[in-house]
Amino acid sequence: MRSITLLPILLLLLSFAVQASFETYEFSTTHNEMRYFKLSKELRCPTCQNQNISDSDAPLAADLRRELHRMIEEGYQDDAILDFMVSRFGDFVHYKPRIAPETYLLWYGPFALLFGGFIVVFFVARNRRLRARASTDQPQVVMESVEETNVTSALTAEERERLDRLLQQDKNL
Amino acid sequence: MIPELGTFATILALCLSLILSVVPMIGAYTGNKLWVDYARPLAKGVFFFLSLAMLFLAYSFQTDDFSVVYVAQSSNFNLPWYFKISAIWGGHEGSLLLWVWIQAFWTLAVAVKSKNLPIDIVGRVLAVMGMITAAFLLFILFTSSPFERFLPNAPAQGADLNPLLQDFGLIVHPPALYMGYVGLSVAFSFAIAALLSGRLDAAWARWSRPWTNVAWAFLTLGIALGSWWAYYELGWGGWWFWDPVENASLMPWLVATALIHSLAVTEKRGVFKSWTVLLAISAFCLSLLGTFLVRSGVLTSVHAFATDPERGVFILGMLIFVIGGSLLLYAIRAGSVKSESTFALSSRESMLLVNNIIFTVACAMVLIGTLYPLVMDALDLGKISVGPPYFNALFVPMMSLMVIFLGIAAFSRWKETPTELYVSKLWLPAVLAVVAAVVTHWIYSQSIEPWVLLALVLSYWIVFTWGREFVSRLRNRDSLVTGLTRQTRSYYGMLLAHLGVAVMIVGIAMVTVFVEHRDARMSPGDQIEFRGYTFIFDGAREVQGPNYTSDMARVRVLRDGVPYREMFPEKRMYTARGMVMTQVALDPGFTRDLYIAMGEELENGAWAMRLQFKPFVRWIWLGALFMTAGALLAASDPRYRKQAKRDAAQRQLVTE
Repeated sequence: MRSITLLPILLLLLSFAVQASFETYEFSTTHNEMRYFKLSKELRCPTCQNQNISDSDAPLAADLRRELHRMIEEGYQDDAILDFMVSRFGDFVHYKPRIAPETYLLWYGPFALLFGGFIVVFFVARNRRLRARASTDQPQVVMESVEETNVTSALTAEERERLDRLLQQDKNL
Repeated sequence: MIPELGTFATILALCLSLILSVVPMIGAYTGNKLWVDYARPLAKGVFFFLSLAMLFLAYSFQTDDFSVVYVAQSSNFNLPWYFKISAIWGGHEGSLLLWVWIQAFWTLAVAVKSKNLPIDIVGRVLAVMGMITAAFLLFILFTSSPFERFLPNAPAQGADLNPLLQDFGLIVHPPALYMGYVGLSVAFSFAIAALLSGRLDAAWARWSRPWTNVAWAFLTLGIALGSWWAYYELGWGGWWFWDPVENASLMPWLVATALIHSLAVTEKRGVFKSWTVLLAISAFCLSLLGTFLVRSGVLTSVHAFATDPERGVFILGMLIFVIGGSLLLYAIRAGSVKSESTFALSSRESMLLVNNIIFTVACAMVLIGTLYPLVMDALDLGKISVGPPYFNALFVPMMSLMVIFLGIAAFSRWKETPTELYVSKLWLPAVLAVVAAVVTHWIYSQSIEPWVLLALVLSYWIVFTWGREFVSRLRNRDSLVTGLTRQTRSYYGMLLAHLGVAVMIVGIAMVTVFVEHRDARMSPGDQIEFRGYTFIFDGAREVQGPNYTSDMARVRVLRDGVPYREMFPEKRMYTARGMVMTQVALDPGFTRDLYIAMGEELENGAWAMRLQFKPFVRWIWLGALFMTAGALLAASDPRYRKQAKRDAAQRQLVTE
């Protein structure tokens, strides 16, 4: 028998088995407070499924928030705080993976794809052009833009005749 | 007895869908019209029996039949009746049944709405859809039947529906999302049918377009509803978390967005045919991939779901079969496809190709980001987390680039566009966009935030470029009225959807940058003031709900010192599961939301409270609604139906 405690939740549905949880820390400056909120969203709660320490109500997340608050108020810089967290919990704790050889693909891959895509567009369009030039002596079945919404591509001779008739009618109206 | 009838109805639907996937297909190949004609009644039969199965499951929920495992897991005597309906899709088994029921609904819709299509195409399309239905029904019957029983010891009380899901958002979000996911199977089936028949022409694109638009509209709506639900239900005020499960729904959306644009080129110009087919296949395969990632438990997510390897293996097998099979077919057939026209580098064709590149690369980026931790882990390169900072850093520039091209594209023409035309038409909107953005930004905040400025420039850019294009269309007509009425519904739909992009960008930028919040310890009588609002905490009292007890706080809000309204955030304890939930108090508004969530109870009747001021957050979903409405408007264009009739007549002539 399957355990009743299994909690299958909707296929592809957003659902988070938690409640909002937060402390009411005091900050010496609003700048520090902003930094606190920014960093607490970038740090992942190590014991949770997939939550930042700001949203998680796990005890460890609360510890990390307290630690984060302390370090900010003691004047540590953002980098120092993140380095400290990573040294204690590993890369896993930071939602922004550092740029290193093993993450080059992650950070630069999409831009390489984008660049490659644009090159492909360029060559596809150019090749079409060249091919079109090479076959200019053959009758082209493209029409000049009549009205975009009515343009159909690749008309047969028969269709074109009909279109001409229709357009004629349109003018006569 | 009733649940057994449900199983029986599911089995009958399976049998019919198996016949549906074979008989019309053979008929289409052998030219046996009688066999092809079976497709429509079979599609109706599948839908009928699956509807019966849904009704039987609904009955089991309404009558609190806790001998049914699924009902016992996700319902309770005290659950209100409307949640007993939404509880049908509150868990894995039921949501799969809903999925396949919607699949049967789309199949039925194609069967009924395809009177003008050649019968052999209809037969092939319905057969492919029948195969998908059959695969999901096999999955349900073998691994996840919602009709399974606890016998002989049935529990006296159910475990209750997860409190997070006891909400209006859950009643509407999954059906809308599934309508989108499953709707993509229509475009997929048309693509496969076109490949099988070897007739990949403009007519094919025209038939697919309205279906794809409708599916895309539902997908957009479903994702937006999910985002809205997460916003008010979770108590953090976030509206997008870049969670793997959200990414799983975003990926098909991105590819489907590329698809609806690519279909336009294929229909109007007869180019990019094989690329369009590939997009149609990818969009649906990504829906399946999303299902696999979420259902198999490969990805860790805050979304709690049953991780069941057996189910994962089944979905993986299906995925390999569908992706492998359709790509194989594609490889065999797509090579012979010829383009029917040419275009220059500077043309509307190229613009739409750029759109396609950006959207598919954005999808690839989301896929890479989602799977990278898995791959790193599998290769023993260490455990990393890829989260919002990564996705935002890459997604925002890509979409900004997309919007720049969106504006330029307004003045592109098919085949070839002189570069001077772009320059002469675009400089004015560009200048106006920058000026208007700086002015509005300054008026709003008396400061300049670079991200907000960028977002406003992009939004105005869309509005001014397309606005100018719209006006120039009207000028070409004799009078304003003829100008307005002469434009097609698909044109208005496109304008509306593009306007939606502009609206959404404003919402995203404003709420991200200008959000303001206060986490505070509040004792009765305490007050907090910010952004012109004063919040006075009057204390909390206990309130009894149907299946929960709640601490309800009363917060009086003053605007500029004048009483404005009272708000009642709650902290609910759902008795059956012992789960504590934050019930947010919201004051929605066109330009800002007030958002109050309760935290922990402190000593002496004091509570930790989180007060938030969220400017323009509604614009995010408003933009999504514009896009949805635009897509539906475009799909309703009578041109498709008229044209379909003509295409079919043409084909009749050719075949006779």
